[in-house]
Parts: sequence; structure tokens; C-alpha cells
Amino acid sequence: MSANVLFDAPGPKARTRNNIIGAVASLAILGLLYFVYRQLDAKGQFASYLWQPFQYTEIQRRIGEGILATLKAFALASVLSLFLGALLAAGRLSDHAPARWVASTIVEFFRAMPLLIMIFALYVGVFTSTPLWALVIGLTLYNGSVQAEIFRAGINAVPKGQSEAAYAVGLRKTQVMVFVLLPQAVRAMLPSIISQLVVTLKDTSLGFIITYEELLYNGRLIAATSLGFPYVPLVMIIAPIYILMCLALSSLATWIERRGRRSPQGAPPAAPEAEAVAAAAE
Amino acid sequence: MNVLLDNFALFREGFLGTVELTALSGAIALVLGVVIAAFRVSPVPPLRYFGAAWVTLLRNTPLTLLFFIAVLVLPRLGMNTWSFFQLAVLALSCYTSAFICEAVRSGINTVSLGQAEAARSLGMTFTQTLRLIILPQATRTVLPPIGSLLIALAKNSAIAGGFSVFELFSVQKTLSEQGYNIFLIFLWVAIAYLIITFFISAVFRFLETRLAVAR
Repeated sequence: MSANVLFDAPGPKARTRNNIIGAVASLAILGLLYFVYRQLDAKGQFASYLWQPFQYTEIQRRIGEGILATLKAFALASVLSLFLGALLAAGRLSDHAPARWVASTIVEFFRAMPLLIMIFALYVGVFTSTPLWALVIGLTLYNGSVQAEIFRAGINAVPKGQSEAAYAVGLRKTQVMVFVLLPQAVRAMLPSIISQLVVTLKDTSLGFIITYEELLYNGRLIAATSLGFPYVPLVMIIAPIYILMCLALSSLATWIERRGRRSPQGAPPAAPEAEAVAAAAE
Repeated sequence: MNVLLDNFALFREGFLGTVELTALSGAIALVLGVVIAAFRVSPVPPLRYFGAAWVTLLRNTPLTLLFFIAVLVLPRLGMNTWSFFQLAVLALSCYTSAFICEAVRSGINTVSLGQAEAARSLGMTFTQTLRLIILPQATRTVLPPIGSLLIALAKNSAIAGGFSVFELFSVQKTLSEQGYNIFLIFLWVAIAYLIITFFISAVFRFLETRLAVAR
């Protein structure tokens, strides 16, 4: 159901009313923005000395290093969590009951734990001098468990006929999983997998609390050591960086989702003969 | 066991802090989320744009950054009479409202087309259609995702502990500074969180069975 079935095509009267509400709403939003601007101005947040530090190359280099540290934690955590997710999903779908129990316990436990509590315990208990690994391992355990559930849901959603047919042509269990189920599951689940990666990227900022020198931590250090404590200018610089990084990833997910909708799974291929020829040629 | 018994008052205070944060932010986020969802499907374009901007911005901002803004920036802009707790509730409820909005909006999309058409053919306005016909039916499909969002909220409230609000993460921090074994503390704090999340999921399972309709 799309949104526009909720109301009739507006006639002249409704159009006037909608225009009035629209104008009032726009004014209210603009008024809010103006209020924020005036408040910023009144508190002297546009004073040039507050913004000066961000022109120094040293400060810019530290922000750049923060971005790199954030991306490094994200890259490590996402690769490891996808790997762990695949492993745990395989465990939960295993034919051997003990493997299922172990995997289910791990998945259920780590999904239920607040990430920060785990990261902090890892930081204090194991990786006292290397907060990066506390952050990465914590992120991996949590996101790996969530990814495992996504993989499992995807594999269970593949039509039963697929695996039955694969067994019928004589493939082994591993082959059925690797060549038949997994490719279809990953294709169907790619938007969810990427959305979870966005969560992973956002959660790297928890490194701030365990003194891992990522973007937010470096930013705070800059603001706390500069003249006049320029927290407001700092946030105006850092927030767009975070939002753009996450937006880039999430728009990738929406793009893939839209593409997937255009050619629904299970639709007959356009030219079966051509594909058979191509397969024979391989 | 000693860790818990020796510091029971601390644990209780932290537990109540987490519960309070979760309950208050959850209630505000629910109201805000439904209102923003209504904005997003409304016939007035500026409201739709506002809703879309709200959701896009908040869903793509790390919660830690929101807490950073709430605790370190907002007091500099004149909100210096707000306590850390109030600022934390503000950050948590704004963040969660974006996700609740999306859950409600997808719930609205699952209500069958004929319902809205029938409502319109009876001459109902947009507000009436949404309030009397669509939202009550959407509630049923929206409950499970909202339950898991509230569980996520309870877990996210731990970040408030990193920003001077006393709750379960602060208990973990305080006790580890006092030299207790971190994994023992972790165990007890974990159990405290499990109690909260199990309670939320039990409430939602109850609501689901209450609202279930045999078709």
C-alpha cells in the first residue's frame, strides 16, 4: 500500500488547506532552524577563534587519522563478523545436535548483551593496552551473531525444491550449501547484511568510551585542548563525516534492494536457451 | 556471588537507572515515532520532507555521537539547566524514534489496500483514516519489530553510562575500578540486562497473543 491511498486526490478546498498546513509547517521548521542559528550566534559559537584550530594542518591530520582508525576498526570488524556469522549459521543449521546447541547458545547470548558492556569487559579484562582489539572483538561477537541470524533466515527462505533437486543430482551436503543455498541466500539477504554493516560502522564510535583513538575520540581531544573548547564547531565537522559514511553504505543497501525488486527471485530467466549455451561453453 | 552481595545497593541503583532510562525514552520514542510516521505518509509535502530528513539523519548518526552532542554541546547552547539524565533521555528517544517511525511506516504498508479505500469512500479524512482504520490494524504487525526495538533501546541505554548517567554500565565501571574481577562483574551485569530484555519480550509476547485475530 503506497502512502497516497490514505487520502483522496485533493480537490480545490483540500489543496488550499494542505497549502496552509504546509506553509505553517515550513514556517515552524524554518523558525526552529532560525532559533538554533540565533542560539549558536548568541552563545558566540561563530566567533572566528573557535573555528581557527580547524585550519591547522596538524588538527586536520588528526581528524584524518581518526577517520582512518574508524575505518580500520570497521574493516576488521566487518570481515571478522561476516566470517563468524557464516560459521555460526553453519553451526545452527548443522545436522549434529551438539553443534546446533553450541552455536545457538553463542548467538542468543551475544545478541542479548549490550555491546558496550562486552567491549568494556574485553578492554579491562584482556586487551588492556590495545583498545582496538577490544573494540574489534566485541563488534565481531555481537555483529557476527546478528549476521548468523540473517544468513540462517536467508538459507531457510530458499525454496525447499532447490536443496532437494541438488541432493537428487548427487551433490554432497557441503556442496548443496556452498553451490546452491548460499549464493541464493546471500543474494536475497544482501540488503539486510549491508544494513547490519552500517550498524557495525556506527558502533565503532563506542571506541570513544574505551579510549580507542577513532574519529570521535580524536575530535574530543582536539576540542578539549583548543582555546575556548570548540565543541560546537567540532560536532559540525564530525557529524557530517559520520553521516556521510553511513549514508554511503545504506544507500548501497537500498540500491541493491531496488535492483533485487526489479528482477524478483524465482522469476524465469529471460532466455533459457542462451543461458544453457553459455553454461555449456564454460 | 560476593561481588553482587557486597555491592547490592550499587547494583540496585544501576538496575533502576537502566529501567528508568529505558522506560522513559521508550515512551517518548513511541509517541514521537508514530507522529513522525504520520508525517511521512501525510498529504502535506513539507511534513513529509521533515519526516524523511529526521529519519535519514538520525538513522545514520552513531548513538555515541548523539550522546556526545546532547551532553557536551547542548549545554553550551543554553540547555545548561538540563540534567545528564534528561539529556540522555533526549538522545535515546530521538534516536529510537527514527527506527520506530520506520517500523510503523512499514506496518502501515502491510494493512490491505481495501481498508484505506473503504475508509475514504465513507468520506473519512486522512487523520480519521489513519487513526481509526489503519493504525489499529497496523499495531498487530508492528508489535514484534517494536518489541525488538525496545530491547535494542534497553541495550543502547548502556552508552548513557559513558556520559555521566548512573546505570548498569556505570556499575561495571565503578566495580572494575575497585578491583573486582571484571568477568564476574560482567556476569552479573549481563544477568541484569537479561532480566530487562526478557521482561520486555514477555510483555510483547503477551500483547501479541492479546491482539491476535484468527482469520
